[in-house]
Parts: sequence; C-alpha cells; structure tokens
Amino acid sequence: MTANERGARSEPGPGAHPEPEAGARPGRAHSLDLGPLGLDGGGHVLLALALREAEPAATIAVHGSHPALAAHLRAWCSATGHGLETTGATGATGATGATGATGATGATGTDGPVAVVRRGRSADARWSAAEPAGSPLPGEVADHASPHWGLAARGAWVEAGGPTPRFSLDTKDEIWADAAERLYDQALAGQWDPAVAIPWDAALPEDPAIEQAVVAVMAYLVENEQAALVVPARFLGQIHPHFAEIQHLLAVQIADEARHAHVFARRARLAERAPTLSGAGGRASLQTLVDEPHFATASFLLSVLGEGTFVSLLGFLERHAPDDCTRTAAWLVRSDEARHVAFGVAHLERHCARDPALRPRLASAVERRHDALRSTAGLNQEVFDSLVLLAAGSRAPSDIARGWAAVADLQTDMQSGREGRLARLGFSPAETETLAALHTRNFM
Amino acid sequence: MTDPFVLGAVAYAPKVVTIWEGFRDWLRSHQLPFDYVLYSNYETQVDDLIAGRIDIAWNSPLAWVRARRMAAASGRSASATVMRDTDQDLTSVVLVRSDAGIETIADLDGLVVGVGAIDSPQSRLIPLAHLSRLAPPPGEEPRRHTSSIDSAQRFDAQRSGVQRFDVRRFDVRRFDVRRFDVMVGKHGDHVGGEREAVTALLAGEVDAACIIGGNHLAFAQEGLITPDAVRMLTETPPYDHCVFTVIDDAVDTTTLRAFDELLLSMSFDDPEVRMLLELEGLREWRPGRTSGFAQLERAVDLLGLYDEAGQIVDGSYRP
Repeated sequence: MTANERGARSEPGPGAHPEPEAGARPGRAHSLDLGPLGLDGGGHVLLALALREAEPAATIAVHGSHPALAAHLRAWCSATGHGLETTGATGATGATGATGATGATGATGTDGPVAVVRRGRSADARWSAAEPAGSPLPGEVADHASPHWGLAARGAWVEAGGPTPRFSLDTKDEIWADAAERLYDQALAGQWDPAVAIPWDAALPEDPAIEQAVVAVMAYLVENEQAALVVPARFLGQIHPHFAEIQHLLAVQIADEARHAHVFARRARLAERAPTLSGAGGRASLQTLVDEPHFATASFLLSVLGEGTFVSLLGFLERHAPDDCTRTAAWLVRSDEARHVAFGVAHLERHCARDPALRPRLASAVERRHDALRSTAGLNQEVFDSLVLLAAGSRAPSDIARGWAAVADLQTDMQSGREGRLARLGFSPAETETLAALHTRNFM
Repeated sequence: MTDPFVLGAVAYAPKVVTIWEGFRDWLRSHQLPFDYVLYSNYETQVDDLIAGRIDIAWNSPLAWVRARRMAAASGRSASATVMRDTDQDLTSVVLVRSDAGIETIADLDGLVVGVGAIDSPQSRLIPLAHLSRLAPPPGEEPRRHTSSIDSAQRFDAQRSGVQRFDVRRFDVRRFDVRRFDVMVGKHGDHVGGEREAVTALLAGEVDAACIIGGNHLAFAQEGLITPDAVRMLTETPPYDHCVFTVIDDAVDTTTLRAFDELLLSMSFDDPEVRMLLELEGLREWRPGRTSGFAQLERAVDLLGLYDEAGQIVDGSYRP
C-alpha cells in the first residue's frame, strides 16, 4: 500500500455518516486506512493530517490492521481532544475470555473501521485570537515588534497567551538597515577558514625586534577584537527576533570577531618572544566601549569610528607586514571589518534621518568618551613604536624615518576616513572635523 | 474575610504548585474565595477530607474509592463532582516483547509481570484484576512456559518487591508480579513506575508490563519503545480517572455549586484559561460520574488494598 492510498478519502454517501455528538454540527464523513501502521509508529501523523484537512465536526473512519490500533486511538483521542466512537469491529476489549490471546485483533479480517474519530473543537482553539507576527518579508518588517511575538518566526500566527519577553531593541528605526540582508549574504559567502586561508608555515622575520613588534601589535589587536566581540554580543539578546536580518548579521559579526581574536593570538604564538604589555590606557579606552549602554551610541563608537579606523590600520599592516602570515591575516580581517563598518554606517544613517535628536546624542557620546579618557595614555607606546618598526622593516635610521612617516600617513588616513563616515551620517563639515579629532588615540 | 473554599491536591510533581496557583488566581478573579493545600500522599488527603479539614479533594480514582468507603462506613456519603474530559474512558494495556512467544493470557503462566507502584490504579490494580478475570478457569491445565529471566535475576527481582500474584485468592494463575514502586502514596500519578516497568520489559527483566494506554504512545514517541519491540497482549475495559470529591454533609453546597459552575465554564478558547487547562491536562471539565470506578472497586477488593471501610489492609503499602 502506498502512502497516497493511506490518505484520507471522502465518503460523501449518507450511509457513511456516524451519528453526530449531541450539539455538534454534523460534518462530512471521511475514512483513513492506516494499513499495518500503528499510532506507536507514526500513524498519528496521518490521522492528525486528515483531521486538520477535514472541516469542523467531520468524522474520520479509521481502518487498519495494527493489533493495538483501537487502544491507541482511544488514548490519542483522549489526549488530543478529539471524539472517539468505537465501532465494535475491533474486538479490542481484551474481554475475549480466558483462552483468548488478547481480544485486540484490530480490524484484521474485517472491512469495518476500527473506530470513528470526530474532529474536536479544541483543534481550532489555538487559532482563535491568534495574530500574525508581522509579515514574513524583510521588506515589510514592522515599525514596532510586539513583545507577544517573542521568538515566533516572522509571519507565523502567534497563539494568544504565552510569554511576553522583553526585547528592548524592538523598534525598526533603532536598528534596521535595508542593506542588512545583502550584508548577511556577503558575510556568509565571505567566511574563511583560518586553517586553510592563512599560510601558518610562512617564514618569520629574522630580526627578533621585528618579530617582537609583530607580537606586540597582535596582542593589541586581540584585545581590540575582544571588545568588538563583546559589544555586539551584549546587544544581540536585546534585539527583537522579528528583526531577524539584524540579529543574524550581528551573530555572524560576533563569530567574525572570535575568529579574528583567535587568528591574531595564534600568529603571536608562532615564535618564542618576550611577553607584551597590555596598557591600562588602551584597556580603559576599550572599556568605555563595552560599558556604552545604548545600541546606537555603542554601534557608532565601535563600528563607525573604531572599526572604521581599524580598517585603515589593517590596510597598513597588509602593506608593511614582514611575513605572509601576518599580511594574509590582516587582509582577511580587513574585509570582514569593512562589512561591519558598512552595517554600522547604514543603520545609523537611516536612524539619523528619522530621528533628528540622534546626531547630538552621538556627538555627545564622542565627547563624553574623550573626556573619560583624557587622563589616560591612549595608544600603548610599545604598539606605536612597533608600527613604526614594521613600516621601517629594519633598524636603519633612514628606514625608521620612512616608517615614522608611514605611521603619520596612517593617522591622517584614519582621520579622513572618520570624517567621511561622519559626513554620511549628516554631520556638518565642522562637526566631522571636530568629532573625528576627538576619537580615542587608541584607534578603536 | 470570608473563609476560603479549600481544596486538597497531591504534589506529585513541581508543576502542581503552578497549576493550583493559577487556578487560585483565576477562581479568585471570579469572586470565589479559594485556597489549596498540597499533600505528599492521597491517604492523608482523604483522611483530611473525611475529617473536614479540607472542603474538596482533587482525588485519584483510588482516593475516590477510599473516600467513598470511609464515608459510607460512618453512614455518610461522598460525591464525585467534576472531572476532566481526559479522565473518562481510559484503558490500560499489557505489553509483551514481540519475540517472546507470548500469545495468550495463559502463556503468562510461570512468568513475571511488571507493574507500577503498589497503589497505581492504571499500572497495577486494574490490569492485574483484568488479567485475573481473563485467566483460564480453575482446573484447566496451564500451559507450561519458560521465562526468559534467569534465576539470578529472578532472585534479585524477589528481593526488590516481586510478590507471588495472590495465588491464595485466585488460584488460577501462577505468574509472579514485580512492582516498580516509584513515589508510593501518589497513586501512580508519577509516570516513573510505568517507565521502569517498560524498561525492565525491554531489558528482559520482566515478561510483561502493565501501563496506561496513553503512556504506550508517549513511550513510543520518546523512543523508549520501538514499534516492533513490543506488542499488546490485552487491553482493559475503559475506566475513569481523577475526580473532585466532597463529603456531602460537610461541604457548603452553595460554594460547591459556584466552584463547579466556574470550572465547567472554563473554555479552551480562552488563552488565559487554556494555559491552565493544558497544565492540568484537559480540554474541558465535565460533570463527575462514578460509573467508571467499578473495575477499580473490584480490583481493590481482589488485591486487598483497602477493606470495605476504606482502611489500608495491605501491610506492604506504606505511603
């Protein structure tokens, strides 16, 4: 017997209708042949399907040869709120006498149904007062996501009752970017495997001072990547799942940052070198990011200013790294960071356009952070000097001068990049210059 | 402040607190002063119902039997007021391993039948009474059958609660019964005893297992039982399960009527109510009936758990 042959079939003939329950509207009679399939082997799936497709109060005459079918139908109907009318065709009473085996002979050898199941009202109860969790389409996300929708799939009908979890980021204007879906696709397509993508066996710098400079920069990058991981992770759980594209994009971004931290740490371990110092000023700068309580301002400080600045730094390392391993890692990480920056700029550009009060808040956050870090040392001197040494490539004074100039150019490039992104958000030229200059000396 | 209408219920699982907190809130919001008391076992709950320390008891079917007998013994009467739709017309099944060659009740001769707790209506009392009823008449030569259980296992089974199935009373069957006494005193409300019986069946430690029909499906769905591993040897006739119980001369009839009417008005269509009903495992409350307890009454007598006055007479039952 095929699955199709087991499916419900309509029996419109009047003789097929069992008597309706008192007060129940009589429905059409159908039948379902389960063959040897029992409800303990998945038969209930076919029965539930037939009931779902039947109209209210319809009846389904269930045929089958499984020995326990009558007992199972009784238990299943009781548990699911469907009515059951036994037919006597089952013999499944167990009362067949002392020498009878079971009495539970099912419908074997008979043509009649084992039982008639009447579709219960409670099957529809969950749909009453249910409401759709918005539209399933990304282009039609709601301006505000109801707490009641909770974890439901977008566009699913949400049964009334149940939990109403609090997702504080539940307004489209706060977080949405039309580019999010495209950036998510890019993120998935752009995932890379460090084990394959990075030439870990490449030759390391011969000069121990150069290698030590690489290690110092790697240690600095690791702690910055940790901050870039923690900040979006803090907000991820606050984003209403209705805005799935944003949630998913941030999830990939967090995974990116984990990979970056892992890669830089592994690069630092390639050679036996002296320990590096994690500067108090650098960590204080990063802590202000981690502590930033609002998504918009945290995203602004991290992505638009910090990671944007890092894109310049990674480009610098790509050009001046002394080995293929470091160079390749910087290149791969830079492409990820550029995507993170693109999302930050996109959602804040949209947010600023809809909320005129946001720009002053963003400006205030930069100033506040600058004030908080005024007394700190900023970029670790060891890191700064390491960048000079890497750009120099040797200890020769003339090379050092060239390295010094390259780092100066890097800082100029960082400043102009920040100004460009601030302009995208609608800040005036004067504001962009001022705010860009107030950005932390620690780069991130 | 009006004295609340106090219900007794047995805490067989942590969710019982959630259930009755929810019902208390809902009933109070419908102007019924209501409170509840939780018991660790049904025997104490029934004692307190008879003594008037609670107004109504959410009773297992066995607790109903005891309350009815205790009330009657003192010239009083008990009533079954309301029950769940899912309490009506249940059956128990006796499962055997598909490859055991057990085709008839008579084939159980000399074997070991696994049951739930000593006080489980659905997993011990009713199915054992059912088996005794189906057994061959006295004098008929039982078929010889060899148990799959070796002597060492059998000895272990005896130490852990196997008892000869009341041959003194029936003298018709000579199979052993191994009890899985999980949460004794809770009248089988906890699924653990039935799960252990089935686990023992699958492990070859017993030759048959008695469980409620719904758990046959539940155990199959959770993968404990594979469809081909076991088959149903027999199914009991339908019986009823839990019921609200009152002692007629002790309950305030006006409040009881209000309580009953509120329960019967609860609609599965109402999301707030639906959550409570689902926790308690029903779709609608129905007027109580006692016609579904006859099998259990007979089983209690057959197995000697309570006497006619509702007193515990099985010395091995220690709730």
